[in-house]
Amino acid sequence: MITNFLYSFCGLFVFFMGFFALIACSHPLRKILAVNVMSTGVFLILVAGAYRPASVGDIDPVPHAMVLTGIVVSVSVTALALILACRVQETSNLSLLRPKSINGREESED
Amino acid sequence: MPILTRNRNNRKRLDPYLLLLFFFVACLVLWLGAILCSLPMGVPGLGKEVASLQQRSGVQSPVTAVLLNFRGYDTFLEVLVLLLAVIGVWSMTLAPFPSGEVEKSPVQLGVVRLLTPLMVLVGAYLVWQGSHLAGGAFQGGAVLGGAGVLLLVAELPWLRSVPSLPLRIALLAGPLVFFSVALYCLLRQGKFLAYPQDTAGAFLLIIETACALSIGVTLASLFAGGRPDDDLPETGTPSDPQGGRTE
Repeated sequence: MITNFLYSFCGLFVFFMGFFALIACSHPLRKILAVNVMSTGVFLILVAGAYRPASVGDIDPVPHAMVLTGIVVSVSVTALALILACRVQETSNLSLLRPKSINGREESED
Repeated sequence: MPILTRNRNNRKRLDPYLLLLFFFVACLVLWLGAILCSLPMGVPGLGKEVASLQQRSGVQSPVTAVLLNFRGYDTFLEVLVLLLAVIGVWSMTLAPFPSGEVEKSPVQLGVVRLLTPLMVLVGAYLVWQGSHLAGGAFQGGAVLGGAGVLLLVAELPWLRSVPSLPLRIALLAGPLVFFSVALYCLLRQGKFLAYPQDTAGAFLLIIETACALSIGVTLASLFAGGRPDDDLPETGTPSDPQGGRTE
């Protein structure tokens, strides 16, 4: 029982770390990463909820199936978002990858 | 310069809006944590129902049974989402291949030569294993996609001239096979995706094989980041072929 709670709370924290970054960071790459972290948290909560100790009985396969497809879908969504971000970078005059963005919240990278 | 950045960052961390946001998120964590605590843990869930219908699904693995039989509709739409993502990426740009010829390390080429057939084999094994153990179309497809990514990272010269028609067929194989099986079930059984009981296992294996191929090609072409060169030629807005599309 404690295992369920441990992993569920880990998932909750991971989700909200991503949520915080999604709002606080203005760089599109960071937003995409933040959404990925959030989805990881959701998967962790779902799988933790499906866990049963061996004595209780079988695992619940429905959340497992959902997470399984969700992982592949999140990868493809990330790829599409990255391409869109690159397209925005190419077509706009504004350089998104500049060390200091408009809000001035981005630290210098690379 | 790093010290200066850190100083600036330390000052930024006391941004009142960020603090407000932090408290808001902390409140949300506490609220949802309380909800998590109040959830009834250890309820049997749907495990018993799935186990009781396992015999009729045509496969022995409960996850595969849920994925392709009990919730087949859901999985079909998810395969379509993958296809949509590729359509989106392909409509955006041509695949950016580096123009300069780089000397490949023999170690890299040897690793690619060894690992690629092995990964294809593992992918096929995972698909086959999906009927009775952990595994299935998505895992096998992910391994196939990994093999494609390995080839792309090695920047083999023939990848540049991969024709687009076989790629399109491979991308469409999974959704098309899934849909035609569903239509066959509709005609035979009167219900969309209600497999006939005696041939359900064979149907699931066919769908899984086609979907694994499609998922693998999908992931690899998403990593390539654009359509192949002989697809629609680039028109309209001039774009820098090197322009930061290297993930």
